[in-house]
Amino acid sequence: MTLTTARARSGRRFGGGSGGRPDGVTGGRAGPPADRGAWLLVLPALIPILLLSVGPLLYGIALAFTDSQAGRTAPTRWTGLLNFRDLLHDTLFWESFRIGLLWAVGVTVPQFLLALGLALLLNQDLRLRWLARALAIVPWAMPEVVVGIMWRLVYHPDAGMLNETIRDVGLGDGRDWLTGLGSALPAVIVVGVWAGLPQTTVALLAGLQNTPHELHEAAAMDGAGAWRRFRAVTWPALRPVALAITALNFIWNFNAFALVYVLTNGGPGGRTRLPMLFAYEEAFRYGQFGYAAAMGCVMVAVVSVFLAFHLVARLRGGEDG
Amino acid sequence: MRSRTGPVGRAGQYLALLGYLVFLAFPFLWLVSTAFKPARELGSLHPTWLPRHPTLDNFRQAFDEQPLLRAGLNSLLAAVSAALIAVLVATPLAYAIARRKGRLATAATGWVVVSQAFPFVLVVIPLFLVLKDLHLIDSLAGLVLVYVVWALPFALWMLIGYVRAVPRELEEAAAVDGAGRLRTLVSVTAPLLAPGLVATWLFAFITAWNEFFFALVLLKTPQKQTLPVVLTHFLGAEGAADLGPLAAAAFLATLPSLAVFAVIQRRITGGMLAGAVKS
Repeated sequence: MTLTTARARSGRRFGGGSGGRPDGVTGGRAGPPADRGAWLLVLPALIPILLLSVGPLLYGIALAFTDSQAGRTAPTRWTGLLNFRDLLHDTLFWESFRIGLLWAVGVTVPQFLLALGLALLLNQDLRLRWLARALAIVPWAMPEVVVGIMWRLVYHPDAGMLNETIRDVGLGDGRDWLTGLGSALPAVIVVGVWAGLPQTTVALLAGLQNTPHELHEAAAMDGAGAWRRFRAVTWPALRPVALAITALNFIWNFNAFALVYVLTNGGPGGRTRLPMLFAYEEAFRYGQFGYAAAMGCVMVAVVSVFLAFHLVARLRGGEDG
Repeated sequence: MRSRTGPVGRAGQYLALLGYLVFLAFPFLWLVSTAFKPARELGSLHPTWLPRHPTLDNFRQAFDEQPLLRAGLNSLLAAVSAALIAVLVATPLAYAIARRKGRLATAATGWVVVSQAFPFVLVVIPLFLVLKDLHLIDSLAGLVLVYVVWALPFALWMLIGYVRAVPRELEEAAAVDGAGRLRTLVSVTAPLLAPGLVATWLFAFITAWNEFFFALVLLKTPQKQTLPVVLTHFLGAEGAADLGPLAAAAFLATLPSLAVFAVIQRRITGGMLAGAVKS
C-alpha cells in the first residue's frame, strides 16, 4: 500500500494547530513529552534550521539592499532600493523572467494534464501497471544533471536517436534541437515535463486511491458515464491534491536550475536563460552578490502568490480529507 | 470491476500505457546504449538502437578523464553523513510535533511549506559569504551542513507520518506497566519506528547524492567536488562532449539512487502526498 503516512494520519488528523479543535482533548492524556522535554526535542532541529536556513534567507534579503560584491575590499554599503531600481531597467532580467514564466507554465500545465490522464489510467486494472510504476522510478530518482546529460544524448544532432528516427521516417534531416533559437525552449520544456511526470502522476494516483470507492460504484449504478463520474465524484475528491501539487510544481519549475544548466546553460542567445541561471551568473561569475540577491527577492515575490495558493489548498485538504 | 470499459476502450488504454512506457524508458535506454558503444559507432551518422560491438572502453576512459572515483567517494561521504545528521535531528522534532499539537506544529508546517518555495540563490549567496568567513567554503563539511537543512523539511514530513503510525496506546500501555519515558521510547517506540527511520535516511541520502546547485557553488577544488559537479566537466566547453565517456559516467552516477529509490519509492509517495496536502 502506498499511503503509509497518509493512512497513518487519517485516524487522527492534524488541524493546522488550531487549539480550539476537539482533538485538543488528546492533550489531556498522558502524552509523553512535558513542556520542558518538548524543547529538548525541538532544539536539535531548530538550531540548524535557524542558522542555516532562516538566517541565510533573511541575510539574503538584506543583501538585496546593499552593494555587496565578491572580492571587494571596500566595506559593503546599504544602497536602499538601488538594486531594485536597476533591476527594473534590466531588460535582460525581464527577458529571463518572461522565459522563466513560459518555462514554468510550459512544464507545469502539460505535466499536470498528462499526469492526470495517466493516474486515471493506472487506477484501472491494467496488466502492465506494475511496469509503469517500476519505470516511474527512473526520472524520479535520477540526478537532474544526469537527466540533462541523457537528453543531450537524445537530442544530439548526429548521434542522437531523435534525429535518426526523424531521418528514418523521412521527415527531413532533423535539427540541432538545443542550439536552435526557436527549438531550444520547447526542447528543454519536454525534458522538464519528462523529469517531473512520474512524481506528479504518483501523487495524483495516491489521491485517487483516497477517493471513496462506494461513491464511484453508486454513481456507476445510477448510470453516470465516465465523464460525469469524473466531474461529480473523482475531481472533487482529487482537487486539493491536484491544486497543491500544481502549485508546488510551478514553484519548483520557476526556481529550476540544474536541468537547464546542463542542457543549454541558458543558450542559445539567452533563449533558455531561466531566472535562476541569470542570478547564478550574476552572483558567481560577475560577483554581484547584492544585485543577484535582489533578483532572488523578486523571484520570491512571484512565487509567493503560488505559495499562498498552495497554503489554501493545503488547509482545504486538511478540512476535506 | 470498477470500470466497465469496452474492448475498444481497453485497447485505447493499453495504447496510452504503452506510449507512457516508451516515453519513460526511451531516454534511459538510449543513455545505457550510448554508454556501451565504441567510439566508432558513436561517430557514425546513423546511430543504431543497440551497440553492435558493445564495449567497456567508455567506462575506462571516463575514469581516466575525470576523478570519478574521488567524486563518487565525496558524494557518498556527503550524502551518508548529511542523511544521518538530518534523521538524527529531525526525529525528535517529528516526535514532538506528532504527539502534541499547537503552535510548534504550525510554525514547523509554515517553515516546511515556505522552504519549498524560496529560490536557492537567495540562500546560497549568504551561505557562501558565511562559510567563506568560517573557512568552510570548498569543504565537504560545509556542504554537509547545507544538505542537512536542505533535506530536513521532507524528512520531517515523512517522520511525522511514521511517528503517528505508532499507536499512542502502546506507549501508554508501557507507561502503565511502569516503564519510564525513556524506556518506553527506546523499547517500544524506536523498534516500531525503525523502518520509517531507514526510509527517511535513504530519502535524505538520495536528495544529497543528486544535489547539484549548492555543490557547484560551494566546491571549487576538483578533488573535493561531488559526482554531479564532476559529471558536468565531461560536457566540455560549448558542449563539445565526448559522448561515450559522458554517457558511461552519467549511467554510473544514477545506479545508487535508482537502487535506493526502488526500495523506498512507495514510502515516499505517502510522505509526499501527506506533505503536499495535509497539514
